[in-house]
Amino acid sequence: MTVTEQRPSGEVGRDRRRKEDARLITGRTSWTDNLSLPGMLHLAILRSPMAHARITGIDVTAARGAPGVVDVFTGPDIADLQGAMPCIWPVTEDTVLPVYPPLALDEVRHAGEPVAVVAARDRASALDALELIEVGYEPLPVVLDMEAALADGAPLVHEAAGTNRCYTWILDSAQAGTGGDVARAEAEAEVVVRRRFIQQRLIPAFMEPRSTVVDPTGDQITMWSSTQVPHVLRILLSLGTGMPEHKIRVIAPDVGGGFGGKLEVTPEEFIAFAAARRLHKPVKFTESRSEAMLSAHHGRDQVQDITVTARRDGTVTGMSAKLLANMGGYLGIIAPGIPILGAFMYGGIYKFPAYRFECTGVFTTTTKTDAYRGAGRPEATFALERIMDELAAELDMDPLELRRRNWIDSSEFPFTTAAGLTYDSGDYAAATARATELFGYDALRQEQAARRASGDPVQLGIGVSTYTEMCGLAPSRVLGQLRYAAGGWESAAVRVLPTGKVEVVTGTSPHGQGHETAWSQIVADQLGVGFDDVEVLHGDTRTSHKGLDTYGSRSLAVGGIALVNACQRVVEKALPVAAHLLEADPADLEFAEGAFRVKGAPGAATKTMADCAFAVFQSHDLPDGVESTLDADATYDPENFSYPHGTHLCAVEVDTETGMVKVRSYVAVDDVGRVINPLIVEGQVHGGVAQGIAQALFEEARYDEDGNLTTGTFVEYTIPSSADLPDIVTDRTETPAPGHPLGAKGVGEAGTIASTPAVVNAVVDALRPMGVTDVRMPCTPERVWSTIVAARAAGGEGR
Amino acid sequence: MIPAAFDYTKAASVEDAVTALAAAGDDGKVLAGGQSLLPMLRLRLAAPAMLVDLGGLAELRGVHDDGDALRIGAMTTHDEVMRDPLVHEHAPLIAQAAETVGDRQIRHLGTFGGSLAHADPAGDLPGVALALDAVMSVVGPSGVRDVPASDFFVDYFTTALGPGDVLVSVRVPKLTGWSTHYEKFHQLAQSWSVVGVAAAVRRSNGSIAEARVALTNMGVTPVRARGVEEALTGAPATADAVADAAARALEGASPLTDGTASAEYRTQLAPVLTRRAVMAAGGV
Ligand SMILES: Cc1cc2nc3c(=O)[nH]c(=O)nc-3n(C[C@H](O)[C@H](O)[C@H](O)COP(=O)(O)OP(=O)(O)OC[C@H]3O[C@@H](n4cnc5c(N)ncnc54)[C@H](O)[C@@H]3O)c2cc1C
Repeated sequence: MTVTEQRPSGEVGRDRRRKEDARLITGRTSWTDNLSLPGMLHLAILRSPMAHARITGIDVTAARGAPGVVDVFTGPDIADLQGAMPCIWPVTEDTVLPVYPPLALDEVRHAGEPVAVVAARDRASALDALELIEVGYEPLPVVLDMEAALADGAPLVHEAAGTNRCYTWILDSAQAGTGGDVARAEAEAEVVVRRRFIQQRLIPAFMEPRSTVVDPTGDQITMWSSTQVPHVLRILLSLGTGMPEHKIRVIAPDVGGGFGGKLEVTPEEFIAFAAARRLHKPVKFTESRSEAMLSAHHGRDQVQDITVTARRDGTVTGMSAKLLANMGGYLGIIAPGIPILGAFMYGGIYKFPAYRFECTGVFTTTTKTDAYRGAGRPEATFALERIMDELAAELDMDPLELRRRNWIDSSEFPFTTAAGLTYDSGDYAAATARATELFGYDALRQEQAARRASGDPVQLGIGVSTYTEMCGLAPSRVLGQLRYAAGGWESAAVRVLPTGKVEVVTGTSPHGQGHETAWSQIVADQLGVGFDDVEVLHGDTRTSHKGLDTYGSRSLAVGGIALVNACQRVVEKALPVAAHLLEADPADLEFAEGAFRVKGAPGAATKTMADCAFAVFQSHDLPDGVESTLDADATYDPENFSYPHGTHLCAVEVDTETGMVKVRSYVAVDDVGRVINPLIVEGQVHGGVAQGIAQALFEEARYDEDGNLTTGTFVEYTIPSSADLPDIVTDRTETPAPGHPLGAKGVGEAGTIASTPAVVNAVVDALRPMGVTDVRMPCTPERVWSTIVAARAAGGEGR
Repeated sequence: MIPAAFDYTKAASVEDAVTALAAAGDDGKVLAGGQSLLPMLRLRLAAPAMLVDLGGLAELRGVHDDGDALRIGAMTTHDEVMRDPLVHEHAPLIAQAAETVGDRQIRHLGTFGGSLAHADPAGDLPGVALALDAVMSVVGPSGVRDVPASDFFVDYFTTALGPGDVLVSVRVPKLTGWSTHYEKFHQLAQSWSVVGVAAAVRRSNGSIAEARVALTNMGVTPVRARGVEEALTGAPATADAVADAAARALEGASPLTDGTASAEYRTQLAPVLTRRAVMAAGGV
């Protein structure tokens, strides 16, 4: 028998509207906060108003007596129940792993840290009672700036650690044997360009605030949570609290967005878990938007010192990146590893012969940071693509020409980089050619020259970003080498029901991506069933006990293969059944166009998967050794990452009188391998580009000098709406991922990774004649204007 | 979040509202569209004990022709204002500014009177009311009184309204033969003005006969740019003359530094935006 390796003619590659959207958009679904259990209590959390303080006492007497209040407790009250928050990615042997109590015990290390909890019969009573709790704080010095935190004599965030340095992680191609020595490259360089870039702190701002419901029944306990990682959560709840894993069931029902912000196991989940065990009652905690802004983990927040070396002809000879990465007051579950996910990408698509990366994680008295869409890779790509533009300016070369001279040619794949990765495939020239054509690159350059010549107060800038990224997290072997505590495989199970309908159980955990639709398309083609005949089940550890959830553009690239493998096992199991029904020899059959038939006999009788399913259901006369089920499952552990790439071009108009930046046009040509559903891919690119533009122009989490978050609502933390974003022109080239049965590479983060440098490069390009060589993100009007003023004062040409 | 507990009454008449407010004293607050008040309650930045809802008072809603002026009911929503034919004909500046307020949902709930009573220095309607010499009609415990816009905006989020006072309507003189423009500067479509400029210009034979200009967010209250108006009066309707006049936009202004922008940046913006507003209004 052969399973045809066709480019399936049916569902895959089709624009399918997402089958999950009706219930997600109307909200008539199981959002965690929609759940209400009999006798359920509502929790409210009192949070520290201080960034750093010793707790001298907490008086809960008045709150206990307030109407509707059932219980009030503090950290010490639940010390033996609450466990400790885990960090599963100590990137070095000596990574400092501070004790992280879910509810503070005696000290707080960021504004917003939980200090006391009220359980009441309704949410309003719980919130009212918070105001009656008296907490004594003895202020301790705050530490906000990373360099200050590392200075001798700096106040310590964790006294017991004796340092604010969490770790220093180094990758040096000379030492690793993957490339040359950057110091030597620098000594021999004809051109050296250095820049310091600041990756401002961002707030993931998922649409649905986090919510959790915990239901203790007998010695079992069920937690519903608005999380991206139900499987990880179950394991860590067990390891963190000592409750046996098989007694815990975790359900991520429909989840309203995450962007990495829900790739976390949170103090609030641990507190609710402890509260339910303490009170023997179901409890719910739903955060307010303000709490989400203040205390859900933040993203980015790095200082990047970048050096690139080159020859005068533009050939790059070395790249060095030295980072400080802000961890915040405690470690999120994978926080130390986030910059390390970028460590391999500072060379991008270019042939750097020498490479060095060093990152120091730093504790400060701020909200912890952790994954945020792209996680380490947007930071890397930004620094690289920004400095390539600076190098082009230094060499007086068109930025696209500089890239052309250095990128890996499509004939050179697989290509092993100085960072030690082997890129599978790509065609950078093709994507760039398509992008420049859609963009009208040459005409825009002419318009730019004309505006410069006429001294137009509105200047035009053009930004380029030719990116690649690594996705499909991740080969377990590599994760092990990087000291990550879990693997990177994924699982899928396929159940064929008696009537021929199919249930798919996936270990991925969608929270807006559209897996139900894409997985249905894959299964429809693999098993020859209808798109609507497939139901995708996810996010419940009782139905799907194996899985590693959704992040890092991994679900399709890894989970998709597990699904295909499971489907192929189903086909293999159905084969003898079909042969029996067709009274043929299994060896003479093929499974093609959705049915079994005798090879080379078109028009002959066929048997469908539904026929086989009903036959095994009846099992009245199956051949010996044939099981009474077609169900099959599979896991898949990737050999390598996958490497989508693309070219994004952005044109901005900068009003030099006000500093206002307007994105005039934006072109994104992405190569994400084979596409299962173009509509979903386009949606991911649109959303990703929007988020990347937001980092470039709009968003920044800020603290005042006392460590208070001053961007705690959407009035101050300014996320753009569609009215603030350009029309995005998207197109694709398709270089299939070799060795991947679907050829798919992953698209969840590409837009975010590519777009930020494209936009900032455009802003700087517009202002370069005035002497501007960088604009700090976000490029708000005031910041752009003050950059112009400073450049003029420093003696730029000026207009 | 959830607001702290409060009492609520839905007024059956303006008198009823005044009585309820007077009884509550400093603990009472009028509830109009709730678009500024409710966020403050939800963040527990304000905790009034009594809310008096004007939402049921049809007589406070709508735009009326009063001869040489329009009378706009305080409870008329931004959306109603921006679509009203009388406003378009006689006070298009108000329609243009109302259209820049927040987003669609906010414009359907937020009210013209609420915006004026709230007196947010970043709010767009107070400056417009000032530029148009609007007159507020107020009913309070001591009866009915008229307060001109120039006396109405007293301080940061503070107006001439006292406890128990209800703003019932706003009289806006019709501008015939004038053209107007509202120049709003903000980075995001649904955010408030960093700086805004309301301009009205009457031209005659290639020059500017008369002009009225008011600035949003260039002080704790909206500021009438008298220096600019003076310089424009009789000036030729040319870009240079307008730019020269706009340079006087800072006279009388005392911009604040806040989370959105520095005073220095606002100082840069005001003359630029004034020039643009006057040029757009005057068709220069
Ligand atoms: C996200 C967002 C964006 C916004 N953007 C803008 C913007 O760009 N520009 C802008 O100008 N505004 C903006 N607003 C505010 C909006 O214009 C509000 O509608 C307005 O500020 C208040 O009107 P309201 O009817 O909602 O008043 P409410 O919120 O009900 O009341 C506001 C205050 O005025 C008092 N009050 C209201 N009506 C009366 C009355 N008749 N008599 C006496 N006192 C009264 C109340 O007691 C309260 O103190 C925005 C609001 C939001 C939420």
